[in-house]
Amino acid sequence: MIDRRALEAGSQPPLLYPPYKSTVKRAPAQPLVIVPERFAALAAPVYGYLPIGETDNDLTRQHAGEPQGERIIVAGRVVDEDGRPVRHTLVELWQCNAAGRYRHARDNHPAPVDPHFTGAGRTITDAEGRYRFVTIKPGAYPWGNHDNAWRPAHIHFSLFGPSLATRLVTQMYFPSDPLCAYDPMFQSVRDPRAQQRLVSAFDLSLTEPNWALGYRFDIVLRGRASTPFEGRV
Amino acid sequence: MSERDPFIASSSQTVGPFFHVGPGASDTCGHVAGPDVPGERLRLRIQVLDGDAAPVNDAMVEIQQADASGASAATPAAPDDPVPAFSGFGRLPTSEDGSCCFDTIRPGAAASDQAPHVTLCLFMRGLLRHLVTRVYFEGDPALEHDAILALVPADRRGTLLARPAGDGVTWELVVRLQGDRETVFFDV
Repeated sequence: MIDRRALEAGSQPPLLYPPYKSTVKRAPAQPLVIVPERFAALAAPVYGYLPIGETDNDLTRQHAGEPQGERIIVAGRVVDEDGRPVRHTLVELWQCNAAGRYRHARDNHPAPVDPHFTGAGRTITDAEGRYRFVTIKPGAYPWGNHDNAWRPAHIHFSLFGPSLATRLVTQMYFPSDPLCAYDPMFQSVRDPRAQQRLVSAFDLSLTEPNWALGYRFDIVLRGRASTPFEGRV
Repeated sequence: MSERDPFIASSSQTVGPFFHVGPGASDTCGHVAGPDVPGERLRLRIQVLDGDAAPVNDAMVEIQQADASGASAATPAAPDDPVPAFSGFGRLPTSEDGSCCFDTIRPGAAASDQAPHVTLCLFMRGLLRHLVTRVYFEGDPALEHDAILALVPADRRGTLLARPAGDGVTWELVVRLQGDRETVFFDV
């Protein structure tokens, strides 16, 4: 039996990480109460999904016109810690537009809003745990954490998986982005290998000729053997 | 990935302040139980306060709960299955006063060592990992037999108890992220 907490050391960020200033007043000070696994398994019910619309996995087709920016494909597999596919699970993503602006009332970055881009998508993984989105490469944008702070280009992901323990909200980054070295959110993950797992990989096999570059982003949800009698990969 | 590189869970990252464009876009998830679902109607109000006791107006709050009989909602087996009248799931953004309200039913007990409860997940700017806790109902005799509550130091158990607001339908829990009455959070 692999000790999950040992494996996760360095790959999961701490709750309190002062370089990311918002953690200081929001991270609980008391230690978490550890729930034995047999109770964590009782934590069901589990969220299924919201209805998925036809253009929900294509962020470039949600408006009358095409959004500005570099069209990209983001695809990958969702697996558990045994490498088994997490099938038919909801994958949600959201992001800013190509200019680095969210379609959000509280985003006051002076970059243009794109009337043809909402920046939100959702899909369900297939029987092999695969998902695929078409979107626009998000821009970098400034934020108020520290002097001259800029978020690297990133896409937010949210996944449920089969149990409470598998719930994951994370961010996907892009290869060779110089801003990652200065980003306290990215750097809150201390293990460099875990950091690299948050970085998507350019993938020629996902790239569609004369149309869009492809980036692969595989996701591992916590837990294992939750459906031991289903087919293995 | 090879055998030398085991499948290690992806790192968590904060939901950030702009989740409203995506997973927080709909407030329909505030209705956990449709009108035909049997059970005692209640409104669960969750308010989130930070280390300065200031309202957290940009949190995403998710709840999961059993139905009135203590049964979990069945997870749809296929993507085309209809969403059941009782999903057992709710998700809302907090408003300016740091609160959100779910229209639901009082859950039943899922097992003899489990008091009726609502599971709560909190996501927000400043949380690099989301927080998990439970909402119990003050005055419930089953609290004495709850195996999870028994893991919590006695003097902190009160932080997990929702209390009636006095209008006959609303139960309130204030989640305090820090301070003397810091809410208990669980590592699941």
